[in-house]
Amino acid sequence: MGIEAKKIKGSGGDVESHDRTQSWFYSDVVKEHFFKPQNFLDHDPLPKEFNAMGKVGSPACGDELRVWLYINPKTERIESFKWKTFGCGSAIAATSITSVMVTENGGMTLEDARNLKPQAIMERLGGLPTRKFHCSVLSDKALRAAINDYFRQSAQFDKIEAEASRLIDPVARVTDKDIEEAVLEGAVTLEAVQEKTKVGVANPSILPGVEELIRFYKEKYFG
Amino acid sequence: MKSRQIYLDHAAATPLDPRAKKAMEPFLDDQYGNPSSFHRTGKIVKDALEVARDKAALVVGAIGDEIIFTSGGTESDNLAILGFARANKEHGRHIITVKTEHPAVLQAAKHLEVKEGFEVTYLDVDEDGLVGVEDVLAALRPETILVSVMLANNEIGTIAPVAEIGTAIKKHRSKTSSNFPVLHTDACQAVGSLEVNVQKLGVDLMTVNSSKIYGPKGVGALYVKRGIKLEPLQFGGHQERGWRPGTENVAGIIGFVKALEIAEAERLGYAEKLISLRDYFIGSILTSIPKTRLNGHKDLRLPNNVNISFLDIEGEALLLYLDAAGIEASSGSACTSASLDPSHVILALGLPFEVAHGSIRFSLGRSTTKKDIDFVLAKLPEVVTKLRQLSPVNVDQKYF
Repeated sequence: MGIEAKKIKGSGGDVESHDRTQSWFYSDVVKEHFFKPQNFLDHDPLPKEFNAMGKVGSPACGDELRVWLYINPKTERIESFKWKTFGCGSAIAATSITSVMVTENGGMTLEDARNLKPQAIMERLGGLPTRKFHCSVLSDKALRAAINDYFRQSAQFDKIEAEASRLIDPVARVTDKDIEEAVLEGAVTLEAVQEKTKVGVANPSILPGVEELIRFYKEKYFG
Repeated sequence: MKSRQIYLDHAAATPLDPRAKKAMEPFLDDQYGNPSSFHRTGKIVKDALEVARDKAALVVGAIGDEIIFTSGGTESDNLAILGFARANKEHGRHIITVKTEHPAVLQAAKHLEVKEGFEVTYLDVDEDGLVGVEDVLAALRPETILVSVMLANNEIGTIAPVAEIGTAIKKHRSKTSSNFPVLHTDACQAVGSLEVNVQKLGVDLMTVNSSKIYGPKGVGALYVKRGIKLEPLQFGGHQERGWRPGTENVAGIIGFVKALEIAEAERLGYAEKLISLRDYFIGSILTSIPKTRLNGHKDLRLPNNVNISFLDIEGEALLLYLDAAGIEASSGSACTSASLDPSHVILALGLPFEVAHGSIRFSLGRSTTKKDIDFVLAKLPEVVTKLRQLSPVNVDQKYF
């Protein structure tokens, strides 16, 4: 699989590279999508233009991404994928290429879209620096959040899917279920959830993911 | 035709001054001897090395044997913090430093704290990055052996009141009839911009670096006041009073000292020229681009430092767009750091993460012209507008 890091020559970034022969910090595909981003939302969304919205990350963690979808209610294929991203070069490129992947060939089905893996996005980008992978590729998560939003808006509540249950913080032994309970108990900010669970206190690198989960459960239970 | 490229990252590295290069050349050529050898080939090089040491001492107001040559700023900081703390730990195990110090100081202090039983106080700074003399004094304890405060900050350019801290610490020492604490300053960014006289600053240890002052990379110095004891970080020779064993980087040292003399001799003209360019640049950005803020003190600031947060934009993306436009700068964004943490310096100013993520440092240099700055000012608005179009973020206006 072509998911090796590809970067870096010259100064500027200190991202580790396994390929020191390229002339730019990222692959050519990343460069193309970074300088000529596709499908970003360049206006305020019009009424009825979209029927789903998803958001992940926060500017505090360095990346925030919002996507707006138009899902054809008859075919349940994604006809339009628009986005805005606050983030580094690879985050912008990853979102841009996701918008292309999701809408090409008549648009993805919701099932295929839910199964879109970050690895596939990275592969299509021609690789990303290893340490950029987790923080940059958020578009699959935003996409899943938007699909849940579509089901919520179209009152198909049984089709809303939480992210799979998993250990979030191996240091504090906190799972997503713990976070769900904390939110249900009324802790809806990162600080409040940390007070209850100690999640990420000794492990701040996981906080972006924790914030996503808090937002997910908050929206799930409190709208 | 080569496209226009404007280098505004002089706080990261400077080009080698041709005069320093020329001074180095004999030592890369026929003056190859080992300064420790007992023959003429060695003695010639040893003499050159000791002349260079005296010259470096003269620039900083020291005497020759108070100068220890090292591999650069990071090593000098480590030798100052670790070397001093380990050699003097029977006198106390408390160190005071500042949250905005260079990682070479902060991480050395952290190491002592975590692994070697020291206590470290990390002082806060105000919203301009200034540390207060009274805060240093308030943190002093009977067991405080070392205070480390950098002379000028590498990211935001704020100049610390080191001379006042030096005076206050001397007073404290005479009041308590103690030789402790001693004062270290990291002057890497200050040399060539500010006077770095150890007597006037009242410092006992001072870090100086070559590659920020148009000298070669991989060389620097630590001023160690007579009477101060250090423990070496490495072993295996008598060189540099045994505190920095290993055959000396002679060509590097010669080039460094030449660069140091030049930087000091040209300091006033350099500072005057760059201060006016700097203030023109800062003023123009703040008035022509909305949602921008200056990080660091407006006046107590290095002549070459411009640090601006462009709100709602992530710094790495901005750097890469600027690079494509022929403008080279650096960022406090998490994405350009190996740790993925945003700048500890910007955060220490009390600003939120999203402001730190959007900070860009432009550091001017000897060759920077008004034309260069005008070129940047012409490109910046379109790049910023483009990235803001992509951004879903709208940072609160209280931060600009």
